[in-house]
Amino acid sequence: MANCNGRWAARRRSEAQDELGADSMVVLQVVVGGLLLGAIYALFSSGLTLIWGMMNFINFAHGEFVMLGMYVALLVVVWLGGGPAVFGLAAAVALFALGVAVYLSLIRHVIQAPMLAQILSTFGLALLLRYTAFWIFSANFVSLPQTSLGGTLNLGGIFLPVAQLVAGAVAIALTLALHLLLTRTRVGSMLLAVAEDRTAAMLMGIRPDRMQALAWGLSAGAAGIAGALMATAYPWSPSVGETFGLIAFVVVALGGFGSVLGSLYAGLIIGLIQAVSAFWLGAIYKDIVVYGLFVALLWLRPQGLMGKA
Amino acid sequence: MKRLSLLLTAVCMSAIALGAAAPARAADAVKIGVLFPLTGNAAAAGQASKAAIEVALDVINNAHPELGDLPLAATAGLPNLGGAKLEVTFVDHEGNPSTAQQLATRLITQDKVNALMGAYQSSCSFTATAVAERYGVPFMVGESSALNITARGFKYTFRATPIATDYARTYMRFFDDMKKQGKKIGSIAVVNENTDYGTSVGDAIVAEAAKANLPVAIRIPYSASSTDVSAQVLQLKEKQPDVVIFISYTADAILYMKSMKSLDYKPQMVLGDDSGFSDPSFIPAVGDIAQGVMNRSAWAIGKPGSTTSKINDMYKAKTGRDLDDTSGRNMQGFFALADAINRAGSTDPDKIRDALTKTDLKPDQLMMGYQGVKFDDTGQNILASTYLIQLHGGRYELVWPETAADGKLQWPMGGAAP
Repeated sequence: MANCNGRWAARRRSEAQDELGADSMVVLQVVVGGLLLGAIYALFSSGLTLIWGMMNFINFAHGEFVMLGMYVALLVVVWLGGGPAVFGLAAAVALFALGVAVYLSLIRHVIQAPMLAQILSTFGLALLLRYTAFWIFSANFVSLPQTSLGGTLNLGGIFLPVAQLVAGAVAIALTLALHLLLTRTRVGSMLLAVAEDRTAAMLMGIRPDRMQALAWGLSAGAAGIAGALMATAYPWSPSVGETFGLIAFVVVALGGFGSVLGSLYAGLIIGLIQAVSAFWLGAIYKDIVVYGLFVALLWLRPQGLMGKA
Repeated sequence: MKRLSLLLTAVCMSAIALGAAAPARAADAVKIGVLFPLTGNAAAAGQASKAAIEVALDVINNAHPELGDLPLAATAGLPNLGGAKLEVTFVDHEGNPSTAQQLATRLITQDKVNALMGAYQSSCSFTATAVAERYGVPFMVGESSALNITARGFKYTFRATPIATDYARTYMRFFDDMKKQGKKIGSIAVVNENTDYGTSVGDAIVAEAAKANLPVAIRIPYSASSTDVSAQVLQLKEKQPDVVIFISYTADAILYMKSMKSLDYKPQMVLGDDSGFSDPSFIPAVGDIAQGVMNRSAWAIGKPGSTTSKINDMYKAKTGRDLDDTSGRNMQGFFALADAINRAGSTDPDKIRDALTKTDLKPDQLMMGYQGVKFDDTGQNILASTYLIQLHGGRYELVWPETAADGKLQWPMGGAAP
């Protein structure tokens, strides 16, 4: 309430027209900021939905993949130098390789095991990755040195940090690309075929192991590049994976399991609601609003926004 | 057995013979039990404080005439106890309040310590002081700041460190001083993370601001794990307070500085309440865009040749690092305790307690930037306060109060490095 009173008082003090203009600029700023963050949520969540939706397999280590992507970006910047294109690509490649390796060494062996074993396997993997990161990188917070994307654009009163703008745009583009890959290409059809019916796919000459290794590579790669993009704006320590892991689960559940497009919408919606509710209601209420709406939506539409009933 | 009692009798006789001038025997060490988290989450802070107390022990037990007015530095041991040395037993409570409780009991009943000190985490100090109270052994709280530690009517708990209210009062005195110098401080904003730490310090600041008739334009509680704080920065931008006080942990403090830069928001002054702003990651991450940010610290190395600078040299020779605010506050607590034991002229816990209640150390007898050490009925030091420091280039410099300053206050803050 104090908030509203203050705003009205401010409006009375100065000329109404100016204030209205400034006010709507602030709102626009909040909306744009929320959408840009949401785009990155969407990108790393699309990796989770790929595994969860297509293999019916929950990867609890997904947040840790994002965390590792952030550290890969840091190492590349510190050791090799280079801009966001370099460290973004490096994070994507490194995490793609890790995803494939994780599938071949761990997932392949537990995929036919009972549900509980599957859950515990990736949960164990998450802890292993997190504490290895603690061991190597220590618990201190780190952040990327200022890159070539350090500036801020001022579009008629709206401030757009270039790093976030590029990160958001790249994230949306990559999420859409992943969606198109799955729905419009031969590889995508093969991935879906394995997801649908492993045996039938084998009969059609598709090697399921190879396809699923590819799915894990894509999933981890998307997480890695999202991590590298987040790293341009956000300081982190090895425990950051917890935060991102939770967000990814919510985005995937809201968007609908297995739907990359659903993840995109859900990521944008969550980023937007967080920003708007933090601005109007106060920062401590934003998660209550997000999760409240989330539960309400699942109650009305349990399959998520884009999931099949 | 017989031989022992004979010995005791002899000792008693000689003590009587020596008279009141030397009531205790020179060889008899005074035992102090110190509880710290030496392993676990807060191990780094515990180990640093342990090293600081070892330096204090060196200062007290050996003659250090070069250390000026610092009590007990010039002499070896405690003069009023015939030059008795202090002997410290360190124990590790691992940050666990019930372990702290057990260890305090063991130190009192088995090791027969004459006084206790600790325990870093407020929760551990809370339980350990309760044990000390039950057995009637004085406990010096060096650093823990939770209000409730001295709010239980205990007779044997003493706390030398400033607490949230003291910090809030120091901030108000600083603002008052700035206004006198013609700076405009029409309103402040309080941005605090929403766990115990941020909430209690935030509450204290809001309460003291009300007393000082300083309007709080907006108070923003938030979660320290937020991935995005631009909405909060925009709220600040809209309210335009002259000073923004942040009570934040590390990632969020860094994120605020970055978001303020990218949203082109710069108040006249940002004042960080220790924690995140003192984290070793803060300056490397945002030092170049957070020039002129203020912070608090009761510890300052001071000019070369000063007592504090010499203490810092001793600490650095031992650990390879400069002394920090947390360890310094523990060290100061230890000095205050040793001073009381010396004045008590006895190892009797009740006499030490009485001497503690009469403690009255002046600023020039301290190594920390308090206005003195003097305990009220609850055992809280009523003269505790802090210095304010400001980020200049790659390090914080002491800028307020002016009498102690080693750098010049920049107002308004610069923000990005030139």
